[in-house]
Amino acid sequence: MTASLAAREIAAALNAKFPGAAEEVGANGALVKNESLFAVMEYLKTGEGLKFDYFNYVTAVDYYSYFEMVYQLTSLESNRSVMIKARCYDRENPTLPSVTALWQGADFQEREIFDLFGIKFEGHPNLKRIFLWDGFPGHPLRKDFNG
Amino acid sequence: MTTTEELTLHTEPFVLNFGPVHPSTHGVFRMRCTLDGEVVLDIEPVFGYLHRGVEKLAEERTYTGFIPLTDRLDYISPMSNNLGYCLAVEKLAGIKVPERAEYIRVIMAELQRLANHCIAVGSMLNDAGAYYTPFMYAFREREKIIDLFDMVSGQRLTYNYMRIGGVSQDIPAEFLPALKKIISRLKKWVEEYEVLLKQNEILLARAKGVGILAKEIAVNCGISGPVARASGVKRDVRKDDPYSIYDRFQFDIPTGEAGDCYDRYRVRIEEMRQSLRILEQAVPQIPGGAVKADVPHLIRPPAGDAYAHIESPKGELGYYLVSDNSIAPYRCHVRPTSLINLTALREMVKGWKVADLILIFGSIDITMGEVDR
Repeated sequence: MTASLAAREIAAALNAKFPGAAEEVGANGALVKNESLFAVMEYLKTGEGLKFDYFNYVTAVDYYSYFEMVYQLTSLESNRSVMIKARCYDRENPTLPSVTALWQGADFQEREIFDLFGIKFEGHPNLKRIFLWDGFPGHPLRKDFNG
Repeated sequence: MTTTEELTLHTEPFVLNFGPVHPSTHGVFRMRCTLDGEVVLDIEPVFGYLHRGVEKLAEERTYTGFIPLTDRLDYISPMSNNLGYCLAVEKLAGIKVPERAEYIRVIMAELQRLANHCIAVGSMLNDAGAYYTPFMYAFREREKIIDLFDMVSGQRLTYNYMRIGGVSQDIPAEFLPALKKIISRLKKWVEEYEVLLKQNEILLARAKGVGILAKEIAVNCGISGPVARASGVKRDVRKDDPYSIYDRFQFDIPTGEAGDCYDRYRVRIEEMRQSLRILEQAVPQIPGGAVKADVPHLIRPPAGDAYAHIESPKGELGYYLVSDNSIAPYRCHVRPTSLINLTALREMVKGWKVADLILIFGSIDITMGEVDR
């Protein structure tokens, strides 16, 4: 059984390395500050005793006042999983660091989020629309999209 | 004055557009290939020709109303898609499924794996140039499984059979005898297929050592299912994170070593044997009782989020749901196995010829309905 790490456990492990970077959210999620997101993800991938080498998925949710990113990572070695969240409050120009450099599996998924939510990923090697054509007006998965 | 260099013939790479409408793209997949003669230098996959905005449509439907749309994601294995979605809603709403329904679900999911692998193996050999003979052998067996699905759901392609809290209706009396017959038939057929193809010289020449996917790249790209297992990643959600009642059955996880097209073919054949093993164990154990939990017509899960994943025939298929305590999902994200399994395609085809490109792409086994959603 894949053990989902409890929110308290993840937040404590991350705050020990990056003070103040993470807080608990829900039962098994950690909310990470945008500026330390890449460093935190790198630590989760390579850190001693963590080794979350498998990138399950990334997606976004529009909560009107902010966009929430959801990352799910699994460690194949210890069969544990962790859910990391990040928030973007800027609706006009939402920007987050890309994790493609860490997990190539994020490539298409970040492009999909860029296409359907309009969130930009800094450091993505090929950030362009994936499903819709260039020039499509708006981003359909935003809650205020009027198709 | 012209120099000798200018007079000499020289070659340069050219761009070839492949798809979206082409028999070997398994739907509407498009690649922009940069070729040097016949050798593939680079490819760029282009998606979106089957994008229907399924995730947006989910936000305007009730939880139950979205089940028919999951059939249309991976339309080669709709039962698995039904199951993954229902598990996510059940996790979100805390619904317990009756014992009999769990068994029916496992039987359907494993039959679906057999049906899917029939197509996967058959069409991969088609792409290898064995035109339609192995394909029709596999298709003939798939038809028998489809007959069973027809018996329980009245449909042959989009079954819409599972419900939140169970399945839509009980299996008819003639189902189990028919299933037993098909299990023994398929067992014989897998062996027959093996005799014909395992040591086939042409298959070995075309598939062995072709399109190698290294284990590290497979993990880094998030590849799952038979493609990852062929590269030696021993991960199967049924074993590593058991859902439904998979922890009650004995089965092995076949893996490959080289990670080439031949290993991907072999892993799928071996998985069919394991699915038959699970079916043989499940049939005598199936208990009586209800096939659906007592759930309200309109389900309002408590506010929160949940992610549930299953081992679909193609790999890890997951649903991330967010509820705001209304009758429709606030957000429904599908973890698309097929899309993520294509991440490594670029690395896999570089340096191979166009004919190998088609085989390597075929060996990944994707459905465009799931890639584009």
